[in-house]
Amino acid sequence: MADLKPLAPHLIGGNFLLHETDTQNVFTPEELSSDLRQMAETAGKFMEKEVLSQVEALEHQEPGLAVQAFKKAGQIGLLGGEVPEEYGGLGLGKVASVGVSEQLTRLGGFGVTCGAHSGIGTQPLVYFGTPEQKKKYLPRLASGEWMAAYCLSEPASGSDALAMRAKATLTSDGKSYVLNGTKMWISNAGWADLFTVFAKIDGQHVTAFLVERTTPGLSVGKEEHKLGIKTSSTRRVVLEDATVSKDQLLGEAGKGAYIAFNILNFGRFGLGAGAVGASKDLLRVAARYAGERSQFGKTIGSFGLIQQKLGHIAAKIYAAESAVYRTAAMIDAVMETGELMDSMNPAFPRGLDEFALECSIIKVACSETLDRAADETLQIHGGYGYTEEFPAARAYRDSRINRIFEGTNEINRLFIPGLLMRRSQRGRFPLMPAVAKIVKELFDLAAPEEFPDPLRSGRSLLANAKKVALFLSGAAYQKFGEKLIDQQEVLAGLSDLIIDIYLAESAVLRAQKHAGKADASGSHATLAAIAVNDAATRMENTARATLASWAEGDELKTQLGIVKRLLRWTPLNATALKRKVAQRLSEVASYPALLRA
Amino acid sequence: MKILVTIKRVPDPDTRIRVKPDGSGIVTDGIKHSANPFDAIAVEEALRIRERGVDCEIVVASVGAEDCVEQLRVGLAMGADRGIWIQSDGDLDSLAVAQVLAALCEREKPSLILMGKQAIDDDSNQAGQMLAGLLSLPQATFVSKLELTDANSRARCGRETDSGIETIVVKLPAVITTDLRLNEPRYVSLPGIMKAKKKPVENLKASEVAPLAKSRTHLVSMEAPPKRKAGVRVASVDALIEKLRNEAKIL
Repeated sequence: MADLKPLAPHLIGGNFLLHETDTQNVFTPEELSSDLRQMAETAGKFMEKEVLSQVEALEHQEPGLAVQAFKKAGQIGLLGGEVPEEYGGLGLGKVASVGVSEQLTRLGGFGVTCGAHSGIGTQPLVYFGTPEQKKKYLPRLASGEWMAAYCLSEPASGSDALAMRAKATLTSDGKSYVLNGTKMWISNAGWADLFTVFAKIDGQHVTAFLVERTTPGLSVGKEEHKLGIKTSSTRRVVLEDATVSKDQLLGEAGKGAYIAFNILNFGRFGLGAGAVGASKDLLRVAARYAGERSQFGKTIGSFGLIQQKLGHIAAKIYAAESAVYRTAAMIDAVMETGELMDSMNPAFPRGLDEFALECSIIKVACSETLDRAADETLQIHGGYGYTEEFPAARAYRDSRINRIFEGTNEINRLFIPGLLMRRSQRGRFPLMPAVAKIVKELFDLAAPEEFPDPLRSGRSLLANAKKVALFLSGAAYQKFGEKLIDQQEVLAGLSDLIIDIYLAESAVLRAQKHAGKADASGSHATLAAIAVNDAATRMENTARATLASWAEGDELKTQLGIVKRLLRWTPLNATALKRKVAQRLSEVASYPALLRA
Repeated sequence: MKILVTIKRVPDPDTRIRVKPDGSGIVTDGIKHSANPFDAIAVEEALRIRERGVDCEIVVASVGAEDCVEQLRVGLAMGADRGIWIQSDGDLDSLAVAQVLAALCEREKPSLILMGKQAIDDDSNQAGQMLAGLLSLPQATFVSKLELTDANSRARCGRETDSGIETIVVKLPAVITTDLRLNEPRYVSLPGIMKAKKKPVENLKASEVAPLAKSRTHLVSMEAPPKRKAGVRVASVDALIEKLRNEAKIL
């Protein structure tokens, strides 16, 4: 691989762990241009009118209905945002895509249909297709005339995707490939016109192929009976001597893993963005119900324990949303450099690969935020929440898949520290020097500084938390060496620290950037303070439990002492902060309005 | 022909409106704004006239502070050709707005002026009628059906009145104000939004376009409607009739 060009520190994946980020270098949703807001608004109106108005029928898979709504979405441009203009799309970046994704996931199943299409379905072609392949398929995919599906998982290989059994064999005339195998859990399988299928040439070399629905030998199984996202179609895809021309090979033979994993980065990002949108919608539903339902002579929204839930969810959403927009803008910035990675032919944009770590963080954090939002929304509805008469039950079921697909949250948690180590070994990311420096300074490092402004204290705490993450990485590596890879609990502990750092830091940076601007109610500062305060407790617990998993006796005590000093935090009055948010929410009714007012 | 459509920036219909404690108006800080829905219907009608084969230029205009350009962009994204933002920093009443628009019409000479029947913020339902009066043009208000006839020299308009649909024919140029049932505006498509960024929006000043325009009415105070009281459940039809007769006195 040719040397990568140097990027600004904040544009290097994972670098937030080694550096302080300036507020000027984070993009926040408050900076969205009016045309991007308008696009999200169009998506919102479309959802109200064409999708949410017929949830029942869609969830029962009334024939043709979902496809009809999908095509309508395509006609008004909701599916082609990231397809280049020359191929019938809008050529927009990640920042622009978030607002639309956030709306489409307001019905989980419909969000999956559209996300699987525009994300993992269409993007392999966008980034790895030849000009001929792009010309042939992208205009139809961008307009929604055709639907796309991405076929990686198999009955026996889910997380271990590269253990796939599907085979591709070159015909004796050298003109075609014959595909055989079964792909499992394929979103859109029932309706898709184009399948990106991964198979091993000669049973060894993972390769991607573009397979049209009408290809003889391609068939789909029956609809899976899923727990949720019932509007979407999920089936197995069976290939029995399905023969495609050599021109249908995507990218380079034997380099399919690059496609699969790089596309998953964007898939994870898109999933996270969508989960934030669904969470916001649930917060609106929960706040409205809390304001309407009366018990003991007053609305339940006036009770502390309900306010605590609303304030907590709002703060989680704020942090998740801040991380999503921050990352989106970083991806766009690296995409704009036009730099290519030449690890395969055709070379692909560096922006696809650079923020793999951040995309995993977003996948995990946002899917768990949505889970929490769905769970608490149901709880706030009490017994009614447990019935299908209210949207909470459906949202609860729909949310659950997000922790499973696009790489389970467990796989993503292993991936995060794993990627840092791999990039470090390849000299692409200076993890080891940073660890060495921390270990040397360990006993001289001071506790976080405390300020009257909790956000400033938060920044100081997070700066120390990064040092703790590095210290733990170093100590774990010292203990386990190359076998650290087998210590999944340790890796996940490191991941949790890194996730908390990125989310809380994104929230605080956003609130600091917004300080002094229109925020009469102080919602930005309050939400960021809740986020960092919650993270403080969690980070300390994570670090302690992780250390205790290998160290003992005096060594453990010394290390716990270091963690205690570095993560010292005087708890904020989270009760008051969450009440404040919930009360404000009851006045303005929605999460976006909370931040506008 | 040239069609001029006016667009007013108003609080979004889905926004929860709150009156300022001092009664000087509604809280506008941080609330979402939209194009007045009746104006969006007017833009849609202009686009449909064009799509029915009438060769026309569609101009959208708005009077207000700079943020109203956002709503002009909505009209442009729907398909209008160019925008005119007439800058006015103070609030103008209906007559003042009509005077400004009249001056604009003298300059632009549109064959058809399409306006929402009223704006959903103040519900005045005056600007269209006043504009027609100032320009001495025919007017058709509350229009729910519109058809150009006689080689596009006249408009046949179905007006929604309390007693039913009244059909009148006006000679163009005319002022036509749109009612809810005229059409359903299209989505502001994403490609449309991209194209709108490149369409021209001219900036004029109300004080220069119509130096004599001034507001003659002033808002004295505003108060929120009283909160609705909870209803009561009646035990029987007889009890209901009794209440309607003696309590509500509507029987």
